[in-house]
Amino acid sequence: MIPGILGKKIGMTQVFRPDGQVVPVTLLKAGPCVVVQRKTPLRDGYDAIQLGLLEYVKSSRINKPMKGHLAKAGVDGIRFLREIRLRPGDPDFKPGDRILVDQFRPSDRVDVTGISKGRGFAGFVKRHHFRGGPATHGSMFHRAPGSIGASSFPSRVWPGMRMAGHMGNQRVTVRNLEVIEVHPEDNLLVVKGAVPGPNGGYVIVRRAKR
Amino acid sequence: MTNALLEKFMNAHKRTDLPDIQPGDTVRVHVKIKEGDKERIQPFEGTVIARKNRGMGETITVRKISFGHGVERIFPLHAPVIERIEIVRRGRVRRAKLYYLRGLKGKAARLKERE
Repeated sequence: MIPGILGKKIGMTQVFRPDGQVVPVTLLKAGPCVVVQRKTPLRDGYDAIQLGLLEYVKSSRINKPMKGHLAKAGVDGIRFLREIRLRPGDPDFKPGDRILVDQFRPSDRVDVTGISKGRGFAGFVKRHHFRGGPATHGSMFHRAPGSIGASSFPSRVWPGMRMAGHMGNQRVTVRNLEVIEVHPEDNLLVVKGAVPGPNGGYVIVRRAKR
Repeated sequence: MTNALLEKFMNAHKRTDLPDIQPGDTVRVHVKIKEGDKERIQPFEGTVIARKNRGMGETITVRKISFGHGVERIFPLHAPVIERIEIVRRGRVRRAKLYYLRGLKGKAARLKERE
């Protein structure tokens, strides 16, 4: 049982279950990955494997320190390198081990982490789903925030008040997505539902925590 | 502009047993209907007035006149509830969406047969 795998989001579509139910699915190109480094409690203070997603990378795009690091696992051509924590009971891995998508089975549950699409400086309505005001009938209150607190007490705005600001472009994890299909010949993992990030964005797929 | 893997995945899931359905065609759609624990097939015959979307969500809109009332049903083409689709007659039309048929009835709503 591998703890997880790295991949790339391909895009969304839908499939039909045998009973006719429609399932929205996201296609992920997961792996092939290679274990680049093994982090141990003795040496590093925690238990993890560092995975690299194998893909074509121009040699000049990788600097010398990284080349040396990758050479220890006997690989080149890695752009996306992430660590995945090992839990008690996980098998042991050595640098150079291959990790492929065929370890997942339909109806497994996975957590998928990615970088969400950046929305720039977003207003209240988009960022926090505030309702805004009426568009017409003489209303002069459209997409403004309304009250952000009381007056003489506390004479300041409480921390954590939901306001306009930067939205998206942050690490987001979607938990407990069902694996619908696995196609090892194409390194394809099909999960139910949406996954953070744009098509072509890198994602980390882990076995669901619970 | 779709990804090659996405294309391959969808082609593997799409139905291949469907005839070439075009707007203006008269079709008979055999739909599986569940009643309690029994399943039966119900045909719905009418004119295809639109074909929408691409990919797995592709649908056709079928219109017929039932006891003097226009009835339209939208069928997802690749859904397993569709048992099969027969083409009864091919109509010659000059546009992709035949919504103008909704305003016509009787003789005016006829379509010429296509050779």
